[in-house]
Amino acid sequence: MLADKDRIFTNIYGWGDAGLKGAQARGDWDNTKAILARGHDDIVEEMKTSGLRGRGGAGFPTGLKWSFMPKEVGARPHYLVVNADESEPGTCKDRDIIRHEPHKLIEGCLVAGFAMRAHAAYIYIRGEFFNEGKVLQAAIDEAYDAGLLGKNAAGSGWDFDVYLQRGAGAYICGEETALIESLEGKKGQPRLKPPFPAGVGLYGCPTTVNNVESIAVAPTILRRGGAWFAGLGKENNTGTKLFCISGHVNKPCNVEEEMGIPLKELIEKHAGGVRGGWDNLLAIIPGGSSTPLMPKEVCETMTMDFDALREAGTGLGTAGIIVMDKSTDIVRAIARLSYFYKHESCGQCTPCREGTGWMWRMMDRMVRGEAEIHEIETLEQVTRQVEGHTICALGDAAAWPIQGLIKHFRPEIERRIMAHQAVTNAAE
Amino acid sequence: MPKLTVDGIEVDVEDGATVLQACEEAGAEIPRFCYHERLSIAGNCRMCLVDMERAPKPIASCAMPAGEGMVISTKSERVKKAREGVMEFLLVNHPLDCPICDQGGECDLQDQAMGYGHDASRYAENKRAVSEKYMGPLIKTVMTRCIHCTRCVRFSTEVAGVTDLGAIGRGENVEITTYLEKTIASELSANVIDLCPVGALTSRPYAFVARPWELNKVESIDVMDAMGANIRIDARGNQVMRVLPRLNEDINEEWISDKARYAIDGLRRQRLDKPYLRGKDGRLHPASWDDAFTAIAARLKKTKADKMAAIAGDQIDGEAMFALKSLFDKLGSPHMDCRQDGAKLSAKTRASYLFNTTIAGIDEADAILIIGSNPRIEAPVMNARIRRNYLHGRTPIAHLGTAADLTYPVEHLGDDISVLEQLAAGKHTFAKLMKKAKKPMVIIGMGALRRADGQAVMALMHQLAETTNMVNKDWNGFNVLHHAAARVAGLDMGFVPGKGGKDVAGILDGAAKGAIDFVWLLGADELDTSRLEQAFVVYQGHHGDKGAQCADVVLPGAAWAEKDGLYVNFEGRPQMARRAAFPPGDAREDWAIIRAFSERINKTLSFDSLAELREEMVAGVPVFANLDEVVPAKWGKFGKSGKLKGEPVEAGLATFYMTCAISRASETMAECYSATKADKSVMAAE
Repeated sequence: MLADKDRIFTNIYGWGDAGLKGAQARGDWDNTKAILARGHDDIVEEMKTSGLRGRGGAGFPTGLKWSFMPKEVGARPHYLVVNADESEPGTCKDRDIIRHEPHKLIEGCLVAGFAMRAHAAYIYIRGEFFNEGKVLQAAIDEAYDAGLLGKNAAGSGWDFDVYLQRGAGAYICGEETALIESLEGKKGQPRLKPPFPAGVGLYGCPTTVNNVESIAVAPTILRRGGAWFAGLGKENNTGTKLFCISGHVNKPCNVEEEMGIPLKELIEKHAGGVRGGWDNLLAIIPGGSSTPLMPKEVCETMTMDFDALREAGTGLGTAGIIVMDKSTDIVRAIARLSYFYKHESCGQCTPCREGTGWMWRMMDRMVRGEAEIHEIETLEQVTRQVEGHTICALGDAAAWPIQGLIKHFRPEIERRIMAHQAVTNAAE
Repeated sequence: MPKLTVDGIEVDVEDGATVLQACEEAGAEIPRFCYHERLSIAGNCRMCLVDMERAPKPIASCAMPAGEGMVISTKSERVKKAREGVMEFLLVNHPLDCPICDQGGECDLQDQAMGYGHDASRYAENKRAVSEKYMGPLIKTVMTRCIHCTRCVRFSTEVAGVTDLGAIGRGENVEITTYLEKTIASELSANVIDLCPVGALTSRPYAFVARPWELNKVESIDVMDAMGANIRIDARGNQVMRVLPRLNEDINEEWISDKARYAIDGLRRQRLDKPYLRGKDGRLHPASWDDAFTAIAARLKKTKADKMAAIAGDQIDGEAMFALKSLFDKLGSPHMDCRQDGAKLSAKTRASYLFNTTIAGIDEADAILIIGSNPRIEAPVMNARIRRNYLHGRTPIAHLGTAADLTYPVEHLGDDISVLEQLAAGKHTFAKLMKKAKKPMVIIGMGALRRADGQAVMALMHQLAETTNMVNKDWNGFNVLHHAAARVAGLDMGFVPGKGGKDVAGILDGAAKGAIDFVWLLGADELDTSRLEQAFVVYQGHHGDKGAQCADVVLPGAAWAEKDGLYVNFEGRPQMARRAAFPPGDAREDWAIIRAFSERINKTLSFDSLAELREEMVAGVPVFANLDEVVPAKWGKFGKSGKLKGEPVEAGLATFYMTCAISRASETMAECYSATKADKSVMAAE
């Protein structure tokens, strides 16, 4: 269990003051100038040492990502874009960071922006986060007033601006290139890659898009050293992480914990355990709605980190843990996720546009058992036809939950189909 | 020059090429729907997926730049599966209405479904239905068939330069539509029909008319403007059914204007199918060829040679003009002209009336000055090239003349002709820009040349050309933009006043004052015919338009689609138009009418066949022998300095849709005309 001294987000529950004074009392903005004085490349190296992997879901090493930015600023300026379009069902960590620790994020913007030689950061915040946006804007204003942003930010000699942009509530705008399109005022549809944003991003300029949490932890890592962060967690899965535990637990919560903590321990210690006890557990979705679920027997020994979860055929994703006890209609639960992905598909590329609707309609029938046994196979194949063939990862995200369901709960689907057939046969 | 391996075959491709192009280079066929060579890459259909070594997933070959050492497989099991999967997705919501779909037989989806589709559908749910969208009188929509490739959206925004088309909604509910279902305000709009890989956008006038396999296809040339777009005329029986573009990289690439495509229904209306004679009652009565010839011959006998005149129209083939010129030469009359609008063009220096830069040359220009022209209306496809040049290099473009939206930003210099003097003297800011440019280009339209001071305009432009880099051994930036398809051939062969001859204005004046008694109009309709009332007028042409109404004798000729004929486009490129149908009724090919008449008056012309005529014509005008080629014209002196008049500079054409006898007879063009007018009033009301 994470010791209190190693906690990064000490005000994640909002018990203290979220404003500049409170943040400074907790150590934020403490001699930021000195961090910047270490130079662009040194900061990137320190981030590499820390082993921090992107907290938005894909788990790409953050320091490495920063190092992809050109080493010299050419004719086109560099941009940092912060992805605060937190829309993955089951995930609510970025919201609490913005609500209660906005200065960690803003300081992170300065540090990260400086590291990648950017003079401006855009924070793209989900439209539904109305109050959070207000809090964040207030924090940005405070930072400007205190000279921490703007010309000669924090006395570092580096000019830096932070802009807040609200989205309009589209899940797809959390995809980095769709976010950039949206930020440019266009329709939020993912771009083709290559070129990657580090080469051609916002307004055609070199851009790095990072998750809120990845940026917010950066100042603390730089203050306490990459080695400190790397000493926490497991190898290749270092540091601490905010876990969002929701669903059938006694005390749903956001909690910062060490990477690689056993799932069972995480739920029992922080979320008050599964409703009706651990044995009442049916399945857990470990990393937000797009990751395949795990049945109870897999959950028993599972540790919460990128590699272990990937080996188990699922993923850490955003660490949005959705706990489902035995009262859950698991087929309906996944069908609801299918509806979500059908609703949020941008419609640009064929497999996702046509596949998400097809998958949802089949899932919808499976909920009621109005299907043939062989259609489970068809559904499986359709998910495979979508997966890996789309422009962005939304297609994969729509396919995985169903694959997880079929892998672990096929007998339940078959039972429903047979029950339905029995009823219709009897009626005839 | 990256080197790749595609299915075990090594290929070198140019820098910047895509994997798809590399695959084609290696002879591998890549299915695609959204990819199109002339549009930006969308990568959304996912049909072109191929395997790349070390890539975890199949890649979209259309969007992946070819890189050194890539190892591509287009035949692996995974690729096959991926394509079949995408094809299945495309078909799940596509209606099974091929038997009643106009795209049937030339449908990409149909064709590729044969290669990659299943024989039966696994899709047991309800199919999506999408309501139709109104896109104007030319484009019929069946949006349920749409596969959202966005080719139409990309064409209209990138090539045509209008933002009327777009996609709304998301996910399954994405729909392609025009803004508030208004008509696409572009002269190139119907090209989206060709681009649409399925039957979502089909031709409205051609709806349910014919199947592609019933049609005879003839490769011909468009005469609705002077660009000479290469077209294919499809006819069934003796009726021209449709016109499609043909690929020609130097001219129209693969686009044509809406007028080129749709004015053809005018070929079926208002046609002159027998000779007519004006009776004592002042009305035209049907007559036999013999009677008609007798009447003309009788009148000619009474007329002295210097009281005869001939005017050639804007869509006349070179052969007919040559025959008429030969006849008038034999008659001894110097009064002939092919410049109906009175453009002050001299036939002496070929470079003075050609689009010397050539259409393909536009791509290289680095400063463009447009004078007295609206190229968007006068040569829409050429205008798209100027737009592309602008998009690639943000080329400075200035426009002198009636202000208009040319689909690219221009510096509008107003419509005061005196600006020309400042430009020629190098005093104007844009003239300074032209001076600095390496390949400056000026485009002069008929709006600046048909004026009384047209010669002075030419002189000023000559001065501008001489004082900039406009003309040197690698570049000629002096361009005259014609909109009459016949004009350049007419000037080339000298269908202009001979020694002491009168030009069009002189002929009209003479006819009104009695100096001219006999006028032969060869398809000439764009004249003030009220001034011809006192003269004896022979109208030889194909439509009962203005010219026929004022005629004393009407000789029915063939329209361009009904004869083989030579046309020289504004670049000076001779091209051959081919017969797709026969002229209606008693109508005959124009050269043959003139040849037959010449025999009647004992001035028999020396050729008995089209081939002999051509031989003679080419002997007289050698450039006609270089079919499909542009022979660079020699630079020379032209123009005559003089005082400029005060009238404002206009464009060559004011409207697009109804500009010639054929398009004025076309119902489709009339609908387009009223649709654009209606849209304008709606927009104004908003």
